[in-house]
Amino acid sequence: MSKFRKNDTKELPPISTASLPDIVFMLLFFFMVSTTMREVTMKVQVTVPSATELSKLEKKSLVSYIYVGTPFKQYQNVFGSEPRIQLNDQFAKVSDIPDYITAEREARDEAEVPFMITSLKVDEYTKMGIVTDIKQELRKAAALHINYSSRKKAER
Amino acid sequence: MAKKIPEIPAASLADIAFMLLIFFLVTTTMDVDSGLERRLPPMPPEDQEEDDTPPIKERNVFVVLVNAKNQLLVEGEITDIDELRDKAKEFMANPYNDEDLPEKKIETVDFFGQVEITKGVISLRNDVGTQYGTYIAVQNELVGAINELREELAKQKFGKPYEKLDSDQQGAIKDIYPSRISEAEPKKVGGN
Repeated sequence: MSKFRKNDTKELPPISTASLPDIVFMLLFFFMVSTTMREVTMKVQVTVPSATELSKLEKKSLVSYIYVGTPFKQYQNVFGSEPRIQLNDQFAKVSDIPDYITAEREARDEAEVPFMITSLKVDEYTKMGIVTDIKQELRKAAALHINYSSRKKAER
Repeated sequence: MAKKIPEIPAASLADIAFMLLIFFLVTTTMDVDSGLERRLPPMPPEDQEEDDTPPIKERNVFVVLVNAKNQLLVEGEITDIDELRDKAKEFMANPYNDEDLPEKKIETVDFFGQVEITKGVISLRNDVGTQYGTYIAVQNELVGAINELREELAKQKFGKPYEKLDSDQQGAIKDIYPSRISEAEPKKVGGN
């Protein structure tokens, strides 16, 4: 009887927090593995259209991105409110695309170059004129494998 | 003589780990990138003057036009986007060998033997002023039509969905229903 009633008078011991770092580290590693670094600061507003026949971009390291959309408010007095192209962290012209593709290719291993994909992240309300120009430049640069980035749409 | 080294306090370890955790939460994204995968045709060589490929018969071409107001003209008829997939499927499959729908040629394909393969080509032309969202919706319906045909054939022949087949079987099905979507150079017509 007395064996179990020994500490009756003492107050409750504090909960040990020694395992808290372990738990947090576990969370940390989970997020490190399952997420990817945000590569660029977005300067244009992009809402990609939705589609059903999607394929996933398998190897993130082989993907180069082209963003097209209207510039955010703080850039509009300089760059206007018409849709613009963004490559890496800056606004670009259509004629900059071949240079961008070349730079992207040089950054990769030579064996990987044929598997490179260009992902077009284009706002749904953009006119096709600018997209067609981009496609023509990509054809000239022989970057033929492209991916129109889109969201998953619920099946009808 | 040797003094016992006091234990390093580990109480702040949790704070450090939390800081790292929050840093990663802020700087990373979790979204899996997905999209419609397409291949662009290679640029024709500049010295090419007249292309000597024989003209494609009209019955073999499925013309889809999208104008600046995002309206669709499919084979000369104004069409709603919801009907596009069925029309494209009917065109590519041509189940009753209709006179107006594309011709077929007999070819030998692994697993299937002698099969009729459609000569149909889907031609998509959009206006400079077409909205990108509409363009993707049209592309999606066309790709979806071909995917559905492949899926049906895979179920019928192998009893398995297309994705579960091995690459040889997928290749055979791809030979029967090729993904032939050609995009014409855009023309500037009507409005902005």
